[in-house]
Amino acid sequence: MKRNRSRTQQIRRLLLIWTVLLTGCAQALEVEEARHLLLRTGFGATPEEVEALLPLDRQSAVDRLLSGMRSQPVQPPPAGMDEAWPDRRTLRKLTQEERKALRRKRREQGMALKEWWYREMLVTPSPLTERMTLFWHGHFTSSLRKVRQPALMYDQNLLFRRHALGNFAELLHAVARDPAMILYLDNQTNRAGHPNENFARELLELFTLGEGNYREQDVREAARAFTGWKADRRQRRFRFVRRQHDSGMKHFLGHSGRFDGDDIIDILLQQPQTARHLVSRLWRQFIVTPPDAATLAELADDFRKDWELKPLVRKILLSDAFWARDNRGSDIKPPVVLIVGTLRLLQLEPQKLRLLVRVGRQLGQDLFDPPNVKGWPRGTEWIDSNSLLARQTFMARLLRGNRRMGLAAGPALSRLAIRYDLQTLSRMLLAEPPVNGPSRTSGSETVAALLRDLSWQLM
Amino acid sequence: MKLSRRHFLTLTGGTLASLGFSRWSLAQVPERRVLVLLELQGGQDGLNTFIPDDPEYERLRPRLAIPRGQRLPISPHLGLHPALEPLLPAWHAGEMALVQGLGYPRPNRSHFRGIEIWDTGASGGEYLDSGWLARGLPASFRGGYLTDGIVLGHNPGPLSGAGCEPLVMQRLDTFLRRAQRFRELTARSRNPALAHLLAVESGLARARGDLARALAGVDLQEDAFPNSRIGRAMADAARLILAGNTAPVIKLSHGSFDTHSNQLGRHERLLRQLAQALAAFRRVLQAQGAWDRVLLMTYSEFGRRVAENGSAGTDHGQAATHFLLGGRVKGGLHGEHPSLRHLADGDLAYTTDFRRLYDSVLVGWFGVGGLYPRRQQPLLPVLRS
Repeated sequence: MKRNRSRTQQIRRLLLIWTVLLTGCAQALEVEEARHLLLRTGFGATPEEVEALLPLDRQSAVDRLLSGMRSQPVQPPPAGMDEAWPDRRTLRKLTQEERKALRRKRREQGMALKEWWYREMLVTPSPLTERMTLFWHGHFTSSLRKVRQPALMYDQNLLFRRHALGNFAELLHAVARDPAMILYLDNQTNRAGHPNENFARELLELFTLGEGNYREQDVREAARAFTGWKADRRQRRFRFVRRQHDSGMKHFLGHSGRFDGDDIIDILLQQPQTARHLVSRLWRQFIVTPPDAATLAELADDFRKDWELKPLVRKILLSDAFWARDNRGSDIKPPVVLIVGTLRLLQLEPQKLRLLVRVGRQLGQDLFDPPNVKGWPRGTEWIDSNSLLARQTFMARLLRGNRRMGLAAGPALSRLAIRYDLQTLSRMLLAEPPVNGPSRTSGSETVAALLRDLSWQLM
Repeated sequence: MKLSRRHFLTLTGGTLASLGFSRWSLAQVPERRVLVLLELQGGQDGLNTFIPDDPEYERLRPRLAIPRGQRLPISPHLGLHPALEPLLPAWHAGEMALVQGLGYPRPNRSHFRGIEIWDTGASGGEYLDSGWLARGLPASFRGGYLTDGIVLGHNPGPLSGAGCEPLVMQRLDTFLRRAQRFRELTARSRNPALAHLLAVESGLARARGDLARALAGVDLQEDAFPNSRIGRAMADAARLILAGNTAPVIKLSHGSFDTHSNQLGRHERLLRQLAQALAAFRRVLQAQGAWDRVLLMTYSEFGRRVAENGSAGTDHGQAATHFLLGGRVKGGLHGEHPSLRHLADGDLAYTTDFRRLYDSVLVGWFGVGGLYPRRQQPLLPVLRS
């Protein structure tokens, strides 16, 4: 039995070497490198997916990932998204009971939307699209709790997906017109003479320049330029209300003119600082240690020429810093990556996705409801005593086979135990050697022990 | 000893887990004071709880007003909601203080932002990223307890940030059971992410061990508490207090008080559960001689609109009265009740800034410095010296 296994492995190894020779590339990926790439750009991978990358070198592996990116979801929209938003007259005539029913329906639609995204992440052939959509959801934060209309959050998700690695300038202009964003940052009530600075402030502080790179006056002037930029809840689209717009002179970052919102965004896109801020954010998405000043400047200068995201991310993924040993396993999996990654590895698809939504919330990542305008936590911020307890309780339940989730992890664990020896599995799955050391059990329990190990929390 | 431990903590980034050794030995030193924070979630209607004797009240709340004959009079101008009857012994013993008209300028009526303001102790337009107790209780002070704080339920808000690492749990026993799988790890790592995980896991294991040991000697009859959610939570809080110096702050929550419709029945039920749980809490701690080192304080994101709405409920408002309970509380009425004749946008206008109460607790109860300039905010005399 054991000899049989090692024989298959030998054959497989020979095949690999053969493919490598055929493709003629000298620097085929090591197991650790393939795992690292798939973890940072997706939800981790099954051993088969790791093996599939092994014949490739870094460049072809990265290019394969980037060219395979989807910009549309694989599933149809979640239930209820096409339902009309009641107009004010209808709303006013509703009885207390009807209002309650409406609130309940909206809550259910919100839940359906969250489940929809979990399903998408579980089944998509393009995990990088999901990770980038999640990135933009954390950069351009909006929340269902405030927006209250699930369909608008769905529309915003489609927007992030479409531009996931598209053009940042286009994305930024689109975000400023996005109904969910307008409602989330109160631009809905930003009128000439009664400015609301919420959107303008976050546009400068979080979306483009970063804190400390503008003056209060710039915030005030930008807010005036965005007056009258409103959301139409019923039509689910942007609406410009001319009589609420302040068409007067504005002085913004050293420029003067009768600026509107688009002008403000164009001025922001001329600022080298905007490029630096975005490059830093994107770099951190893939690499934990910040770039040195020269690298940052070089990437930012290039990025600013056309604001194309894919070439930038390609450069980051091909940098030595990305592949450096110290960068491997140096980040903490965000809750969604832990949850979805574990389920994808075990090829489990729960019937009741609601339970995943709840687990995500317990672990601190409630999709479509980020904690605040600053977006998701990062790295070690995810882990405190409560969240670690919640993470390990989830893993223990899942690996035991959770009846409530309709999940049986056993078969997948045995499959892995039969196909691979412990050492290989540990290299393919864990970003650091297991903390608990070699387990004294055997078979599927050994595999379960790897996934219960603290190292499974790393990416 | 305390100094070196905290010194180590600062060096290692301030996680609970990074404590160099167990805090267990501390349980031997004299028992310290505890603040029990009780969040009344959803916006508690102070006006129907602590009822002013004013015909305006009946006029604005034709369906919701508690009839005069049913109120429990506690002063010439104020009566309690009848469901608070179990609290009367505490009131008559002078151990219950009402702080009237708590609020702040430029109030926010959003649940989300409202509770953030109360949690962080910010003003209307100010955004702070740490809780008032996390900032107000220095690390060296928290080091005198086994944990930085314990949250029974959700939202560690007042205790989050600023290096404060409260334990959050639903039920005490569930936590002790679940955390059993964690062990103190001897492994070290050069990888900062893994080092953090190792430290947190070790800290969790240690906190669990410390708590379990401290709780072992506690003799508490669970059935002394009502079998409601808040009753069970108060029982857990009592166990933690009786176990010694487990936490400087224990936070619980009760609700939801977001009574937009058919308020009377729901509000009555919530208040009754609350009063019964608190009465049991007081009885048990008094019997075990711990009542003098406990201060309980209620708060909520906002009060409710004075006039009732069209569905026999109330909408989000501004100021509200909250109360303190404890062996050293100076009972009675504090602050001024907001006028029902001079409303702010239909709401009670605040008469006492809630941060004045916060400072009174920090300075008066814990003996640490306050967070706010004292000149504009003289402390409230809510505690007996």
